[in-house]
Amino acid sequence: MLRAFGYWVTRYRRTWRGSIVINVLNPLLFLIGIGAGLGTLVDGNAPAQIAGVSYAAFFAPGMLAAAAMQNAFLEGAAGVARAAGFGAYRGATPTPLDPEQLAAGHLLFIAFRVLIASGAFIVVMAAFGLIRGWGALGALLGATLTGVAFAAPAAAWAVGVRKMRQIDTVFRFVIMPLYLFSGTFFAVSQLPEWIRPVSYLLPLWHGVELCRTLSLGTATITGSSVHIAYLLVLAVGGFLVARVTYRRRLHP
Amino acid sequence: MTTVVVPAWTRRRAFALIERNFMIYRRSVTPLLNALVEPILYLVSIGVGVGMLVGTVPGVDVPYAAYVAPAILATTAMNTAFNQTSFGVFIRMRVDKTYQAILPTPLSVTDIAVGEVTSAMINALLTSIGFLALMAVGGLVTSPWALLALPASVLISFAFAAGGLAVTTYLRDFPDFQYIQLFMLPMYLFATTFYPLSIYPEAVQPLIRALPLYHSIELVREPALGRLHWDLLIPVVYLVAFGSIAMYVATRRMTRAMLN
Repeated sequence: MLRAFGYWVTRYRRTWRGSIVINVLNPLLFLIGIGAGLGTLVDGNAPAQIAGVSYAAFFAPGMLAAAAMQNAFLEGAAGVARAAGFGAYRGATPTPLDPEQLAAGHLLFIAFRVLIASGAFIVVMAAFGLIRGWGALGALLGATLTGVAFAAPAAAWAVGVRKMRQIDTVFRFVIMPLYLFSGTFFAVSQLPEWIRPVSYLLPLWHGVELCRTLSLGTATITGSSVHIAYLLVLAVGGFLVARVTYRRRLHP
Repeated sequence: MTTVVVPAWTRRRAFALIERNFMIYRRSVTPLLNALVEPILYLVSIGVGVGMLVGTVPGVDVPYAAYVAPAILATTAMNTAFNQTSFGVFIRMRVDKTYQAILPTPLSVTDIAVGEVTSAMINALLTSIGFLALMAVGGLVTSPWALLALPASVLISFAFAAGGLAVTTYLRDFPDFQYIQLFMLPMYLFATTFYPLSIYPEAVQPLIRALPLYHSIELVREPALGRLHWDLLIPVVYLVAFGSIAMYVATRRMTRAMLN
């Protein structure tokens, strides 16, 4: 597993510059454009609906979780499909590495990347005074867990995918709606009562809530445990499925 | 018998390429719907969702969603046109080698450029019609002048289709598209899509005004909010000039790249 992880790290050392645009700059631009810019309009109006904090402080941890999801999904789906289709995994299958180890190594690498990108984002949040102390550490771990909760099922599915277009489609019809409706941009409590339970089922909502409550210092033991448990089930479940699908694709 | 005289500059041969592009689209899965998904999601999430928090925009008397919707229409026209002449053309030029197959026919490089830009404009117009119809259904159209969004989207898509084509001639490989994103995403977020120019410090405002998307949004939003004035000629002139220059650069560079 560590061998497979090592491979991805070596490779990343050559290509990390390109990923900065997507992984770090993209959420940062949203933080400034929406958090600070649109936040000016929100703060001038009705801050009561978002727990009494500035819109930027409300939005930033949500964006952190959402960015972790997007990064993890892209690497977990597109990255894995590419590795299975054009090389990386193909080269590794004749070696003593098991498919399980390949899956675990790649997921470990994704977790590592999400951790770094989230860390960079949190440093910026701290610079703007949007987070501090233990909240920062909690949000960092929360975001990484959110990432793995998406990467594992994504990898389990994508290892069998042969058409990259399918990944675009899932991104557009699943990841984008999750991004925009999981309480990142506005509070779920604003929604009509009948639709709220739907939000509680969304995996990203748990990630957003986990990061947000930890960063604002409003986390409760029960609440956080529920979020963490939900995300862990996705991560572990995704990995268990991946063990099967990896073996099926790589040792046919 | 009447004969329709088509001036030479309309490049009749370019229609062969337009026809080709649309024959391909017909087979793929509802590209129009695909192009509409993201703007609709943004409209509902930020326009309606965050709109509840925003209340009113200074100087505007309509719901926030009605303020944001015309801007999203402009960005959709931009993206639809731009994606086709950037990603689309890059793939046809470098991966599928479509143009290599076309050049031995009577079509010239200029025909190809004109054809690509025109078919991107047609796509953008269709998307704009769809989005405007949805705005109307959602009660977000507050003035009949909103219909001007359609000619505006033709102009916007001309500028960005030509711009996309020009930029594409500079790309070497797929990772280079990241540099385009590095420009397109901030422009999307900062060109007054979600809030007015007055939010920015005065020192930054000229910078925003220089962006082509800023003018595109003005051209759609002002009429949609029922505000017609002569100042709207500025974006018209800006977009025509931007598109023409880009078109000139694109055809020149494509000719050089493909005929050597």
